[in-house]
Amino acid sequence: MRYMLLLYSADGAGPAPGTPEHAAEMQEWFAYTQQLEEAGALLGGEPLHGIDTATTVQVREGKTLSTDGPFAETKETLGGFYMIDVDNIDQATEWAAKIPLAPYGSVEVRPVMELG
Amino acid sequence: MSQSIVAQLFAEEWPKLVATLVRELGDVDLAEDAAQQAFIEAADKWKPDNTPDRPGAWLMTTARRRAIDVIRRNADLRRKLESMEADARLTSHINGATSGWFAAGTPGPSDDTGHQLVDDQLALIFGCCHPSLNTEAQVALTLRQVCGLSTRQIASAFLTPEATMAKRLVRAKTKIREAAVPFTVPEADQLEERLESVLAVVYLIYTEGHAAADAASLIRGDLCDEARWLADLMANLLPDQPEALSLSALLDLSDARRPARVDAEGHLVLLADQDRSLWDAELIARGRQRLAAAERFDPLAGTYRLQAAIALAHAEAASEAETDWAQIVSYYDMLYTLEPSAVVALNRAAAVSKAKGPDAGLATLDALDDSATNGLGNYRYYHAARADMLRQLQRWNEAEAAYRRALDLTTNQSEHEFLSDRIEHCRQQR
Repeated sequence: MRYMLLLYSADGAGPAPGTPEHAAEMQEWFAYTQQLEEAGALLGGEPLHGIDTATTVQVREGKTLSTDGPFAETKETLGGFYMIDVDNIDQATEWAAKIPLAPYGSVEVRPVMELG
Repeated sequence: MSQSIVAQLFAEEWPKLVATLVRELGDVDLAEDAAQQAFIEAADKWKPDNTPDRPGAWLMTTARRRAIDVIRRNADLRRKLESMEADARLTSHINGATSGWFAAGTPGPSDDTGHQLVDDQLALIFGCCHPSLNTEAQVALTLRQVCGLSTRQIASAFLTPEATMAKRLVRAKTKIREAAVPFTVPEADQLEERLESVLAVVYLIYTEGHAAADAASLIRGDLCDEARWLADLMANLLPDQPEALSLSALLDLSDARRPARVDAEGHLVLLADQDRSLWDAELIARGRQRLAAAERFDPLAGTYRLQAAIALAHAEAASEAETDWAQIVSYYDMLYTLEPSAVVALNRAAAVSKAKGPDAGLATLDALDDSATNGLGNYRYYHAARADMLRQLQRWNEAEAAYRRALDLTTNQSEHEFLSDRIEHCRQQR
């Protein structure tokens, strides 16, 4: 079963870049990703630039509308993702709970729809 | 005749049947349909003088055959492919196990060792109460899958339209399938945490049956029965989990009072005024035994353990006056440290009032109101308890006002009548 782990957090919720805490967290991210890889569960995953860099695109009545910013204004925003392959929701949530962002953000676990 | 044999068997065999089928098929819907088919066939075929020697095995075999029929008939290729593994498992079960359905002593497929059956039933219950499902879904699934209630029965018990309940069940089953919610017994390190959510579901079913806040009648006994049955099942399946034993004790001890809780006219009878000879002695005995079994384990008391101990203190008192209220207050003290909720605080204050008099109780309540324990202002039992203490202190005006606030907050018909009577009484005294 493939699951998408969507990583959300509020602006400034984690350690600030440049601090020793931030450097320590980077090590945790690397370690976590490596663990996923060694378990044979990692299919992919990337961090994303902040919502300041987001552009939202909609096509309405044939016209393309591009707007600066994310689709919805919410307190927590999408900051990255992992795609994993595990047996069931218990394993997926176990991996989700180990993500370094989990103590201050939220991880949405979504099963991937298998087509064909 | 055969109908009644089947009805009797239903309570006992349904959860085992569904539990095993869910494990084998990995499909909750299919398991349910197959189990249902087996019971329909049993009702149809069994004759009083010709019932299978081992009806459980007969039902299991029949259900497996029906499941295979469905799998084979299913035109959806993908689903078929997914089911092939289960199909192969099932076929091997049947080929290896049965020659004649009625053959005496045939080692049937449900001769899976007792251990496997325990695991299957636990897996089913833990699956239905999986934390990835919301509480409403957990409750509905448990009543449907484990207790074997129909969607219509569950809907009527919860005063919900049948279509809403059906939708809730479908949504839950879809999530189970698409998110791969496992129907397995949790690992040892997860067991206690997962057990908590199972016990919470059982407790919720009981309180829903007991309080029936929106119903005209005070107690919806069928839900109480189901909850007690579930608690008993959990206690039997997990005899070394003190909170499972304690919940079973608590529900037995509380439900023992059911026959005395409502009078012939359907009016609420308070604990103090109940005819204790109506209490179910057999249930009290079982509850006492279960609680003793729980107490053999760790000395740290859990919330169900303390509540059961309180219920037992009531059960063992010959009258309200002879109740060991000081002991009950001390249980509430412990309970409050584990669960500092407004409801526990309120019950503790009521016990203080019995132990030390209504003025002590009132002082405890008023202290609560000032602190931020909250939500109590909209809680009808808070105003009712307060009113009762004021009534005992003969402060009629204040008592009437408090009863009136409780009355405004209740939606239950028999509570409504009880509170109206009390208001009338205060008015006459004034």
